[in-house]
Amino acid sequence: MMLVQRYRPSMIRLAAGYVPSQAVAEEVVQEAWLGFLNGISRFEGRSSVRTWLFRILINRARTTGIRERRTTAVGNLTATVDASRFDAAGNWAAPPQPWTDLVEDRLAAQAMAKAIRAAMADLPVRQREVVTLRDVEGLSSEEVCGVLEITEANQRVLLHRGRSRLRQMLESDFGRA
Amino acid sequence: MRLRISARRDLVCQQAVELVTEYLEETLSRADRRRFERHLAGCPHCTEYLAQMRTTIALAGQITPDDLTPEMRADFITLYQSWKDDDNSG
Repeated sequence: MMLVQRYRPSMIRLAAGYVPSQAVAEEVVQEAWLGFLNGISRFEGRSSVRTWLFRILINRARTTGIRERRTTAVGNLTATVDASRFDAAGNWAAPPQPWTDLVEDRLAAQAMAKAIRAAMADLPVRQREVVTLRDVEGLSSEEVCGVLEITEANQRVLLHRGRSRLRQMLESDFGRA
Repeated sequence: MRLRISARRDLVCQQAVELVTEYLEETLSRADRRRFERHLAGCPHCTEYLAQMRTTIALAGQITPDDLTPEMRADFITLYQSWKDDDNSG
């Protein structure tokens, strides 16, 4: 029971990235627990319980998400900062506009929290998976590789692109010249 | 996706921003790390960029789920308990 309570918010949050509504996310989490509990005799301790549980959850959520709506494209491979912002030599022509000081302001910080949530939802699905597990849920890169069954290098590329997009979005919304 | 960087030349900004995640993950080679830090030391814009990435990561870490209604929570717990009871009796 404690395990259920402890992982519930994380699981709902993860599932919500794949399915159209909170209600469907709840269903996916319930299915994942059933899958987890049904398979518990096969759990051999090769990964942590959390890794195993999240892997089951993501597999369920992916399947459900495909059923519920068409899938998002697998993330494009454009540069992390638009090339037009650099000069011919590769130096900043349109440098990053400052905004980080705004997090000190309570109202601005609330707006940013809202904005980053929305931006997270707009990330290509594989980037969102990695950024959510790493930066929202706080898993290590090893754990993320275990959950998503991807290589370290792949994990890093997806993390880089996802984080870069989130930063760009925050700069677009809150940066000032 | 790793950029090929000439060993002798200094980084330009466009290369530096592509190394930020590897820098934060501490997966850069010692030589690349030195080159990256040397670039930052002379480039306020890339220093700002790195600070923005760190703040972005910190903001992502503060995301919390929408609060669930007590009814949804109760439903979930009931379902879980009935499943457990079934399993124990069967």
